Amino acid sequence: MRHIISVLVENKFGVLARISGLFSGRGYNIESLSVNATENENISIMTIVTRGDDHVIDQIIKQLRKLVNTIKVRDVTQVEHVERELILVKVHATQRTRSDILNIIDTFRGKVVDINKESLVIEMTGDQNKLNALVDVLEPYGIIEIIRSGTIAIARGSKSTTDFTKQDIKNQEE
Amino acid sequence: MSKTGAEILVECLKKHGVDLIFGYPGGVLLSIYDKLFDSDILHVLPRHEQGGAHAADGYARSTGKVGVCFGTSGPGATNLVTGIATAYLDSIPMVVFTGQVSTNLIGGDAFQEADIVGITRPIVKHSYLVKDVDDIATVISEAFYLAKTGRPGPVLVDLPKDVIAAKSKNSCASDVKIVGYNPTYEGHPMQIKKMIKLLENAKSPVILIGGGVKLSNASEELLRFVEAINLPVVSSLMGIGAFPNPHKNWVGWAGMHGNYASNMALTEADYIIAIGNRFSDRTTGRLDGYAVKAKKAQIDIDPTSIDKNVKVDVPIVGDCKTVLKQVLHYLGDFNWEKCKKDREDWLKRIEYWENERPFGYKFSDRIIKPQYVVEKIYEVTGGDAIITTEVGQNQMWAAQFYKFKDPRQFITSGGLGTMGFGFPAAIGAKLGNPDKEVFDIAGDGSFLMNMQELCTAVQYRVGVKVAILNNKFLGMIRQWQHLFYNKRYSNSCLECQPDFVKLAESYGCVGFKVEKPSEVENVLRESLKIKNKPVLMDFNVDREENVYPMVPAGAALNEMVYGER
Repeated sequence: MRHIISVLVENKFGVLARISGLFSGRGYNIESLSVNATENENISIMTIVTRGDDHVIDQIIKQLRKLVNTIKVRDVTQVEHVERELILVKVHATQRTRSDILNIIDTFRGKVVDINKESLVIEMTGDQNKLNALVDVLEPYGIIEIIRSGTIAIARGSKSTTDFTKQDIKNQEE
Repeated sequence: MSKTGAEILVECLKKHGVDLIFGYPGGVLLSIYDKLFDSDILHVLPRHEQGGAHAADGYARSTGKVGVCFGTSGPGATNLVTGIATAYLDSIPMVVFTGQVSTNLIGGDAFQEADIVGITRPIVKHSYLVKDVDDIATVISEAFYLAKTGRPGPVLVDLPKDVIAAKSKNSCASDVKIVGYNPTYEGHPMQIKKMIKLLENAKSPVILIGGGVKLSNASEELLRFVEAINLPVVSSLMGIGAFPNPHKNWVGWAGMHGNYASNMALTEADYIIAIGNRFSDRTTGRLDGYAVKAKKAQIDIDPTSIDKNVKVDVPIVGDCKTVLKQVLHYLGDFNWEKCKKDREDWLKRIEYWENERPFGYKFSDRIIKPQYVVEKIYEVTGGDAIITTEVGQNQMWAAQFYKFKDPRQFITSGGLGTMGFGFPAAIGAKLGNPDKEVFDIAGDGSFLMNMQELCTAVQYRVGVKVAILNNKFLGMIRQWQHLFYNKRYSNSCLECQPDFVKLAESYGCVGFKVEKPSEVENVLRESLKIKNKPVLMDFNVDREENVYPMVPAGAALNEMVYGER
């Protein structure tokens, strides 16, 4: 099963290596990984998409929690959530095919961010399925390059993953 | 007042109660060594950094304190790696300091540069590269705190040369707060009651202990719990000593070379309470045949140990000692009368297994049996010695034929299985316990891996005894080749070896060569008279003796093979 795991970590040197090393060392796979700062500069959030049966996911979460620099680990797929990914696709586009492609982009609610005589660069966000569908449809025109950001996800509702830690971080700073 | 990083470091070590360091100097560590020169901390110079790491480990295991070792940048640091991994696999509290090239040189492939933080990342509990002298004091406090709390383990602190030399006003911090690190000590009361409830109804329960009982100093609470409701105790190799042997509730240790009764008890049990035991493969045998009749509860401070290899019915995250105290508190709320009869029958059945196939061997008066040497070491030391082991047959015979009554008495590399561990660990143990006899029960192969530490033992007047069970083989490898590879002894024969007596003498130690069973006891007694210098005893034992019983790889615990006797 596919799981999206949010990992709140201290924004310190070497933390990414500890996390990626944990996955490679124990034979877990990472489908995608994105790392970003949060509203608190001392904390980063990593969104890891991984696959495994319940036992493997349970171990992954426990092993992540065990790392000294992790503050909170959450399996976002266990709650109501929104997930998004950004894709940039460079596709062949000649005078003959350009309008067809633009139609497709319109249908998908994508954007053209670069255009020249032979190609287009398309930007689109969505969940994995939607992006895959776009790629499928564009395939016959000749895809030159694809860059995807990896999935990020956020739980629905008014609470923040970083909420409970603010006091702790404050204590530490004092 | 500003102090250099080196001064702050030495001050912090004192503050954390460090009185013994095993370290090897090097270019980038010189300013630290200059400060250590004036300090009253005893600094022991091993003859190889690996020896230093194992000695710090042996010191930690035998005293319960944090072991400390130093190595310089590059090769000094990489030589520590095996020692760090050994400590990590057995959860031993250590703080390892390595020198690093100056921060402006890092990444430039400078002389003696190695990314030791990167190299050791999977084998440390945590690690630090200190880039700012203002952080040294905090990092050291965190390192000691992390090493000894929660599930203990080695913490590495990498110190660049310029950081050690720079000045800071910060002094040793006492408070440590790490946001993401809050080990759970107390068990959940509901889970604990559930665990006891199952025990109340169990007909054939077993307590399975591991190294965690020693690490949390829970032996006393364990004994009270076991005696209160008359439970049989089985241990892993790492748990040996956490429960006294002999004792009427002691069954033995389970696993690949454990005793018949322990392996049978686990196989037939209807309830197993694992305490500080992580169900390692050497202890469980084939998993789908492991304790299939038993419900299982597991007490462990590390959540990742729970449900990792064996699925349990009642998980309890917490410190063994704290949880056992909670257990004792609740025991009175349950009714133990009704299970008394069942318990008696079960204990009788275990006793039958104990008598059916105890550890044994065929004694000979012509050739020395290795097991006989261990038995005699037990006898002459009155069961009071600290025993370290190397890895392989010597380790198994030591575990089988010495009876351990104290939790810090048996020191062995169970997780990583590091050959060459026992001798330096014995030096560390003896320095930490000067009043105790310390024996390294060694094999000829493993002893050669760190024998350079004879020089260390002589220099610091460390009176350890080394009993080499010399079969001129890598005994355990040979045993497997004997049993599973048609006696094709590929590269396991060590017929070329030094004259151990002359070797000992050349270092300034005392050496004995023992070839007859009748001489064994006398030589051992003689060795006890020699104080303040190491004694090396070369016992020429039966070359092709095997360790039995044995659970072959891929077999279940009750599918043991036995030797002739």
